[in-house]
Amino acid sequence: MTRRVRIGLFLPALAGFGALLVWAYTGIPSFGDYQGPYGFVLEKISAPLRHMDNVVNATTYDIRGIDTMGEEFILFAAVIGVVLLLRDDAGRSQDVEDDIGSDVVRVFGTLAIGAAILVGLWLVANGFVTPGGGFQGGVAIASGGLLLYLVAGYREWSAFGNETVLDPIKAIGAGGYVVIGLAALVGGLPFLTNFFGGGDIGTVWSGGSAGFVNWSAGIEVAAANVLLFSEFLEEYIVPIARGS
Amino acid sequence: MSFLPYAVAAWVCIVGIYGIVTSRNLIHLALCLTVMQSSTYLLLLAIGYVKGGGPPIYKGVKLGTKSVDPVVQALTLTDIVVSVTVIALILALALDVHKQAGTVDPDEIREMRG
Amino acid sequence: MTLATLLPVQSVALALVALGAPAVVLSRDPLKMIVVNGFYGLTLVLLFVIYGAPDVGLSMLVVGTVAYPLVVLVAIARVRAPKDGEEDEK
Repeated sequence: MTRRVRIGLFLPALAGFGALLVWAYTGIPSFGDYQGPYGFVLEKISAPLRHMDNVVNATTYDIRGIDTMGEEFILFAAVIGVVLLLRDDAGRSQDVEDDIGSDVVRVFGTLAIGAAILVGLWLVANGFVTPGGGFQGGVAIASGGLLLYLVAGYREWSAFGNETVLDPIKAIGAGGYVVIGLAALVGGLPFLTNFFGGGDIGTVWSGGSAGFVNWSAGIEVAAANVLLFSEFLEEYIVPIARGS
Repeated sequence: MSFLPYAVAAWVCIVGIYGIVTSRNLIHLALCLTVMQSSTYLLLLAIGYVKGGGPPIYKGVKLGTKSVDPVVQALTLTDIVVSVTVIALILALALDVHKQAGTVDPDEIREMRG
Repeated sequence: MTLATLLPVQSVALALVALGAPAVVLSRDPLKMIVVNGFYGLTLVLLFVIYGAPDVGLSMLVVGTVAYPLVVLVAIARVRAPKDGEEDEK
C-alpha cells in the first residue's frame, strides 16, 4: 500500500469515524453531570463493607477483580511476546565495557535506587488507603531496578535482571492472582471473593484477601517490567559489545 | 463549554490517527499510537467527572462527600500500565522488521515476504 | 449552569493537552519525539489530577517518565546502529 492510497483511505474513514463520534457524543451526559449508578454505589459501600478508603483500588482489585485478572494476563502475554521476539540464542555478553565514570551518578544513583524501590513498596502496601496500588507500585519498583543498570553497569544488572530470576517471580505474580481466586472457590464462595473480610481500615492490612491480589499484581507488574527493560537493554548492549 | 473535554479527547484521537497514517518510521508510529490511546483516558475520565467532586479516596474525608466516579479510573489506570508492555511488543516487532528488511519505513517494506 | 462547569484551571490543562498531542505527532525525529512525549505525559498527569484522579495520574507519571522513554530509546539506538555494512542511514 503506497502512501497516497493510505491517505486516500484515511480521509473517508475519518469522515465515518467523525460521524459515529458525533452520534455517540449527542447521548453523553454533559461534562460534570455524571449520572451512572455504579460509581455512587461503590463509593457508599467500599469503606463500610470492604474497609477500603481508596474506592478506585477497591474497584480494581476486589469488586472488579476478575476483569483486572484479564488485564494482568494481557500484560503477561505481551511480555512473553517481547521476550520471544528479542531473546537471542547467542547468549548474553558478560564482558561488556561499561564503567560508570561519574562519582556523582554513583552516589545519587545508589540513593535513588533505594528511594525508588521504597516508594514502590509503599505505593503497593498502601494501595487501599492512599493513591497507589499494585500496578503503579510495580512500575516504580521496576524503575528502581533499572537505576541499578545506570549506576553499576550491565554486569550487576544482569545478575538479577535475567530470566532465571525473573520468570518464576513473574509467574508467581500472575499465578498467585488465580490461586487467591481459586482459594475462594475451595471455601465454597464465588471466584475471587474477598474471603477475609475487612481488616483495619486505613492501614496496610485493610482489604482482606484483596490485599494479596494487590500484592500479586504488584509482583507481576514489577517482574514483567524488569524483564522488559532487561530484554531491551540486552538488545542495546549486545550490538555495542560486538561492534567494539 | 461543557462539551470541550470531549472535544479535546476526539481531537487527540484524530491527531494520533493522523500521525499513524502519515508516519515514515515505525518507532514514530508506535508513539503516535500511545497518543491515540491517551484519548481514551481523556474520554473515560471526562465522562466520570462530577462537578465539584473530589478524588474517590476517603482517607480523612467524611463518607458521602461528593466525589468523581471510581469505575472509569479503575479502567484507566490498569490500561496505562498495560499499554507499556503493548508498546514494547510493537517496538519489538519493529526491531524484528528492521532486522529482516533493514528499514523502519513502512513504505519501503511492502515487498517483504514472510 | 453548563457554561460554568469548566473551571479555569481545567481549561488551561485541557488546552495544554490539546496542544501537546500534535506537538508529539509532528516531531518526526523519534529522538526529539520522546522528549516532547514526556512533556505531553506531564500535561496529562496535570489534567488527571485536576479531574480528581490521582491514582491515574500516578500511573501515567511512572509510565511516562521511565517506561516509554526507555523502550523507545533502546529501539532507536538499535535501529541507528550500523548494521553489517548494507545500510545507508545516518
